[in-house]
Amino acid sequence: MTGRLSPFNVVSLTLGFAFLYIPILILIVYSFNASRLVTVWGGFSTQWYFALLENEPLLDAAWVTLRVAFVTAIVATVLGTLAAVALTRYGRFRGRALFTGMVYAPMVMPEVITGLSLLLLFVAIDVDRGYWTVTAAHVTFSMCFVTVVVQARLVAFDRALEEAAMDLGATPLTTFFSVTLPVIAPAVIAGFLLAFTLSLDDLVIASFTSGPGATTLPMRIYSSVRLGVTPEINAASTILILLVTVGVIVAAIVTKRSVMMRQAG
Amino acid sequence: MASPIRKHRDDTGRRGWGRRLVIGAPYLWLSLFFLLPVLIVLKISLSYPELAQPPYAPTLDLSAGWEGIVGFVGELSFDNFVFITSDDLYVAAVLSSLRIAASSTLILLLVGYPIAYAMAKAPEGLRGILVAAVILPFWTSFLIRVYSWIGILRPEGLLNGLLMALGVIDQPLTILNTEIAVHIGIVYTYLPFMVLPLYATLERMDDSLIEAAQDLGSTPLKAFWTITVPLSWPGIVAGSLLCFIPAVGEFVIPDLLGGSDTLMIGKILWAEFFSNRDWPLASAVAIVMLVVLVVPIVLFREAEARRMEEGR
Repeated sequence: MTGRLSPFNVVSLTLGFAFLYIPILILIVYSFNASRLVTVWGGFSTQWYFALLENEPLLDAAWVTLRVAFVTAIVATVLGTLAAVALTRYGRFRGRALFTGMVYAPMVMPEVITGLSLLLLFVAIDVDRGYWTVTAAHVTFSMCFVTVVVQARLVAFDRALEEAAMDLGATPLTTFFSVTLPVIAPAVIAGFLLAFTLSLDDLVIASFTSGPGATTLPMRIYSSVRLGVTPEINAASTILILLVTVGVIVAAIVTKRSVMMRQAG
Repeated sequence: MASPIRKHRDDTGRRGWGRRLVIGAPYLWLSLFFLLPVLIVLKISLSYPELAQPPYAPTLDLSAGWEGIVGFVGELSFDNFVFITSDDLYVAAVLSSLRIAASSTLILLLVGYPIAYAMAKAPEGLRGILVAAVILPFWTSFLIRVYSWIGILRPEGLLNGLLMALGVIDQPLTILNTEIAVHIGIVYTYLPFMVLPLYATLERMDDSLIEAAQDLGSTPLKAFWTITVPLSWPGIVAGSLLCFIPAVGEFVIPDLLGGSDTLMIGKILWAEFFSNRDWPLASAVAIVMLVVLVVPIVLFREAEARRMEEGR
């Protein structure tokens, strides 16, 4: 069956990908519109990109978002990987059922509830909301995704390698860093990138858990979107789309190369 | 001469310590930032506001020992829940969230299946690129993807402009700020969640079964219904759940595309919280959402897991 696509399949793919990409392409095209009216084409212009450079609140928000996403990704990767190791390597331990539940539940929990519950926690323990509360909230929901990604890799992993290392006298810690981690590295990196993107993208949970001075980029975009569509937001969106696209392509190349190197070596 | 024994003991000692850290760190984090907050929501949903700000009565006085706990439990109030179930707004919001999520999931299945099927039947070298092309929009901001539809669906937007230029319609259609726009938004942003699980099951499928059916005289359509669809059932279930669950609690899409007429529970919770500042009521709405949504999912997954255990 592998070979040429039937006409029906070609039509499905064409329509499907047109549906996925045309709205994004329209957005990019209109970010170069000289007219302030989004629906009227007034000629090619890059003025909105220059306007962005002078938009202090937006730049501040972008900086906050990047810092939050970076710290979130690091902490979530460590905690998520630990949780994955605990679930796959330590068969039964006390409180395992609760642990499993807590790892998976945040993924199916609606964002509004996660946001609300964390805000109520921060109010109850009387913490000033801001940069750190947003980061803690982001770690909580993104570490679960890291766990799932890393766990999938650990399950497929041949335990004999670890046991051999231990039999040869390696401590569990050495075994982990010299045997386990290199093998699961692509999953750990994927988990890191996933956590980073999830944090970068989050609007709802950040809105609940942030305080004055910690407005993230999605929050800023959201409040201007509610006032109407502007070419400036189109320009900001275009930059984000390009950054993500480049990031994903680089990540794909890195993973592919590491897979190929392992197969060759 | 006792060294080998001591070495062994040292090993298990270190192992025990490491093990405690590996389990303990994520356990502690999730207890503090997931379990405790949910318990707080539960407590506040059973409370009543005094001066409409925290702390909400009753307060748990642990220093009073058992009597404090009894007094606390005795004072808990179900008023918020009584209010929610007796007020048409909340019942209607829950029902319309479930309805919109269900119909969107059905549309997603109808749109996603042909795409996933065509991807699975594509030449092997092309499949990786197609998968990447489906995932790429998922990596671009969710908010931006929803936002991109505002410019398209507005009365003076691109879709109406195109349809009027083609002479299909004379008057601009009202699409933005309706449930139709919410459906479009959900189908657009959730499509990868539907396509990828379907693709995963369809790609693994053994084509010889279809060939056998056709050799035995089955029409392609009949072979599709009796073989392909049943075999892709796990993908259908996984994709539908992945889309249905977050769609019920969706906030951004109904808020930006649905206008004031679209009732969805996530939006109600947000409004109750940020506009009305009624935290106990917002907490009660959250608990209702959890019961309606998360509990059935957990039970369903348990049942699935048990079925697979028995099947083995």
